[in-house]
Amino acid sequence: MPFTSNRRTLLLGAAGLSGAVMAAPRRVFAQAAAPTAAPTGPHSLAPLPYAANANEAAIDAMTMEIHHDRHHAAYVGNLNTLLQGQDALAGLALDDLLLNLSRAPEAIRTGLRNNAGGHANHTMFWQIMGGQGGAPSGEVAEAITRDLGGFDKFRQDFNGAGLRVFGSGWVFVTVTNAGQLALVTRPNQDTPLMDGVRVLMGNDVWEHAYYLRYQNRRADYLNAWWNVVNWAKINERYAAAKAGTLRI
Amino acid sequence: MAFTLPSLGYSTSALAANGMCQETLELHHGKHHNAYVTALNGLIESKGLAGKSLETIVAEAGKAGADGLPVLNQAGQHFNHVLFWQVMSPTGGGDKLPAKLAAKIDSDLGGLAAFKEAFKQAGVTQFGSGWAWLILKADGKLAVTKTANGANPLSTGEGTPILGADVWEHAYYLDFRNVRPNYLDNFLNKLVAWDVVEELLEKGGLSTGQVA
Ligand SMILES: [Fe+2]
Ligand SMILES: [Fe+2]
Repeated sequence: MPFTSNRRTLLLGAAGLSGAVMAAPRRVFAQAAAPTAAPTGPHSLAPLPYAANANEAAIDAMTMEIHHDRHHAAYVGNLNTLLQGQDALAGLALDDLLLNLSRAPEAIRTGLRNNAGGHANHTMFWQIMGGQGGAPSGEVAEAITRDLGGFDKFRQDFNGAGLRVFGSGWVFVTVTNAGQLALVTRPNQDTPLMDGVRVLMGNDVWEHAYYLRYQNRRADYLNAWWNVVNWAKINERYAAAKAGTLRI
Repeated sequence: MAFTLPSLGYSTSALAANGMCQETLELHHGKHHNAYVTALNGLIESKGLAGKSLETIVAEAGKAGADGLPVLNQAGQHFNHVLFWQVMSPTGGGDKLPAKLAAKIDSDLGGLAAFKEAFKQAGVTQFGSGWAWLILKADGKLAVTKTANGANPLSTGEGTPILGADVWEHAYYLDFRNVRPNYLDNFLNKLVAWDVVEELLEKGGLSTGQVA
């Protein structure tokens, strides 16, 4: 269903477009303890790999912009802030950092888990959208049939799992080096990468991922999301997993 | 008996001038809260809840840990939202607190400004979905705390909530988008019904009267 400008107007709250979104500072630390000028590294926010309206068949452009430019940006900014003065941890690649959270000082461990997780999850999320949906193709299609009972059952199980996440979280498909797939969920910004398990694909079921267009109707969002899944990209990730080169 | 969705003490448009628009209240009360009530009623028989008060169910589910989560998610959220609707008002906010509440906040929490800052921090740092609370502890002192998802101070055993702010994104996304700190500032400065909070302080917490 197209997101009409009329509907968008209806959805604007008291603060409206000119209030909360446009007047907010460029970098908003939605859940950080204190907004400070964030360092520029070691981690960085890549631009969306497509226009913000590329996923209109499931996700409106405004949601894409806020999600990437505010939510994801906040995770990156907070992560870099937490890593200041932590030379050993700051030198780790994002997946290695997530695998080695136990080595982080306790005072910043939860913050790293939340923000490194948020950075990894959203980085994956943007990559696997921007497609035309439809039935999966290639090797991934075969793996879905073999490991997840076929595309129809998989999609139904994936949506059901996403619906049962209480509060904020993610539904993922993990992949082993041997190419075996499994369906899992995680709360908040946790990721299978924390357990050394690679993520093939996943959907964000935090309310911010769908509230402007779908409000309380998470099930409708989960259903529509398949319209923008990028199976070519997911096949690339699948091949990388089997080659041992898939990271985030 | 069954749990019921209590009506709001004001119209769904009554808080719009105070930063909570009509659509937020319609969805939050009519869809989100209602869904928790429906789901909780669906658990009464299978979980053996019949005859128990909402407050008892919440406390018992909290003590049960992971096994209690399916009940706590729905029962906690029912209790939390019943309280939430009561502690907001179209004439809420401001810095003129009723005398007894003001004195209690001064003595236990270092004054209104310190309380507001602590409450806002609790809400901002509750990662993911959850609630920020002002509670009355067993020792008679006030404290600020936070809980995740559907939990609350009754389920954690920390104390009795007399003020709560919902920090699930559905509570503020239409009005404030990602900017949770502004939602919490607005809640504290324009929405809190301080007279109701004082009443809850004097009564030792909320009795919802809701029974399975
Ligand atoms: Fe997200
Ligand atoms: Fe809520």
